[in-house]
Amino acid sequence: MNEMIKISELNKSYQMGSNSLHVLKGIDLTINEGEFVSIMGSSGSGKSTLLNILGLLDEHDTGSYYLNNVLMKGLSESKSAYYRNQFIGFVFQSFNLISFKNAMENVALPLYYQKVPRKKRNELALEYLEKVGLKDWAEHLPNELSGGQKQRVAIARALISKPKIILADEPTGALDSVTSEEVMNIFKDINKEGITVIIVTHENEISALTDRIIRLRDGLIEQPEYV
Amino acid sequence: MFDLDNWQEIFITIRKNKLRTFLTGFSVGWGIFMLIILLGSGRGIFNGVEAMFDNEAINSIQIRPGTATMEYKGFKAGRRVRMQNSDYDYLIATYPGIDKSSAFDYFWGQGISYKAETGNYTIRGVHPGYSDFAKTIVLEGRFLNDLDISEKRKSAVLGKLVVQDLFGREPAVGKYINVSGVPFKVIGVTDDKGSEWEQRAVFIPISAAQAIFRGGSQEFGRMTVTTGDLSLSEAVELADKIERDLKDRLMIDPRDQRGINIRNNNVEFAKYANVMKGIDAFVWVIGIFTIIAGIVGVSNIMMIVVKERTKEIGIRKALGATPFSIIALILQESIFITAVSGYIGLLLGIGLLELVNTFLPEGTPFFKNPGVDVNIAVYATLLLIFAGSLAGFFPARKAASIRPIVALRDE
Repeated sequence: MNEMIKISELNKSYQMGSNSLHVLKGIDLTINEGEFVSIMGSSGSGKSTLLNILGLLDEHDTGSYYLNNVLMKGLSESKSAYYRNQFIGFVFQSFNLISFKNAMENVALPLYYQKVPRKKRNELALEYLEKVGLKDWAEHLPNELSGGQKQRVAIARALISKPKIILADEPTGALDSVTSEEVMNIFKDINKEGITVIIVTHENEISALTDRIIRLRDGLIEQPEYV
Repeated sequence: MFDLDNWQEIFITIRKNKLRTFLTGFSVGWGIFMLIILLGSGRGIFNGVEAMFDNEAINSIQIRPGTATMEYKGFKAGRRVRMQNSDYDYLIATYPGIDKSSAFDYFWGQGISYKAETGNYTIRGVHPGYSDFAKTIVLEGRFLNDLDISEKRKSAVLGKLVVQDLFGREPAVGKYINVSGVPFKVIGVTDDKGSEWEQRAVFIPISAAQAIFRGGSQEFGRMTVTTGDLSLSEAVELADKIERDLKDRLMIDPRDQRGINIRNNNVEFAKYANVMKGIDAFVWVIGIFTIIAGIVGVSNIMMIVVKERTKEIGIRKALGATPFSIIALILQESIFITAVSGYIGLLLGIGLLELVNTFLPEGTPFFKNPGVDVNIAVYATLLLIFAGSLAGFFPARKAASIRPIVALRDE
């Protein structure tokens, strides 16, 4: 099994004025290709920090991080932008769609940074919108969509660059239970296609739908993991 | 970098923020507008001053005898000073710095006729060098030459208004006119931009004029010399030497201010030229500062734009935007706004100058043909693009340094 993510002795502190806040205190974690994982923990447990480091949005202090067997260390801004673009799809709690772009343009945006021609981009975007059942909403702006629809657009956007990993930070945090389930079903389908899906959540109902739960407490992984 | 998508991004932001974009553009457009108006007016003043010298070469020295006011070497005060041909010849022979020269004398209101047409015109006895001094333009035939002088030929060069009066549409060159009973052959027709006065003159060789109208006298009224490409200080020195020499030759007390009158156009023009340089420098300084104010304005607003778009930039970065692509996005918007609004300012400025030019009364002193030339417009355009990049640079750098996790943090 290919190790998609392998981290060892990962430490991360934040400097808060004169105090240093030690958030991640030496984490060891391996996630294989094709896993469907949730990361749980109370607020302040370091789960979002971990996700940011996994998503190359933040840098770790010490320890090592291999993404798809490549060591992620001292990356330049452009290099990490490249890896994010090629390997990782993000889904956020607050959707983070660009408000003045319609659904199709939002979905197509990652391909813009891959220099895919406009026409081709938009075709692909429509395809992915169809996958999440929103083809008829392609021309709508985000503020004309419901929360569940926005999150589906965001998922289509995360998928369009054919990433190895989907990183979802509280993807159902702003959704009601019915739409939460719909969204989780989409994640499940994505996972079936072989994409590694990692979801950060604090809801047991959500994590129960994943195959593996990693619990964080005070910057460390609680043993044993429930698989 | 300059693909359609980036432009669409820019147009969308601009459309969404019309007022903000207008205010930004206005500050730059206003700056350019003011610069163009100032430069154009400066040019207008320059042209106006230059036009005042249109009827006299700016490197000429005019020598006019006056009335001696002091007793000197037995010569009484109150005596009218007259110059002789020998004085003229002496000056030309003595000072190699003299380029062109002419003595001249006016004979007012002479009756001149051709066939049935008659009129009264001023006759000017001159040397060939007069045309260089008065910037005479030869329309037909030629001006007087040295042979006309030495042989005292009865040749006449007519101002174009004289030709109009006497000849109508008939060709004048080669015909004979009657000047106070003496036939003169027309050898040329001239124009003079500076004055209608000169267009109404009849030029004849000074030697012939002295022989015919002064009964062979060797005297003449005044003279002028041009100084070629002498520097200002050399020209001043030359004028001083000529004055000293002439006072000596004409028996005028060296301290007598009114015995001989020397007017050095070199000096007069240099005065204006200095003022012009000052005005020009002043205009550029004001203009540049106005534009700097505009740049600061744009920069400020782009800063706010970046702040407003923090989240969007964070999203873009999470999706794989490189710092360079973010910089390009902000810079392009900044350059676009400055270039377009600056260009509008440029056009409005030029338009206003043209309007002023159209309604400017002919002969307005100190102001003529305001306007900017192509060079200035090109410089202004380059300045705009530079200004746009400068205005966008700091905000763009700030945008590029936005960390996605900070930008995406949920409030």
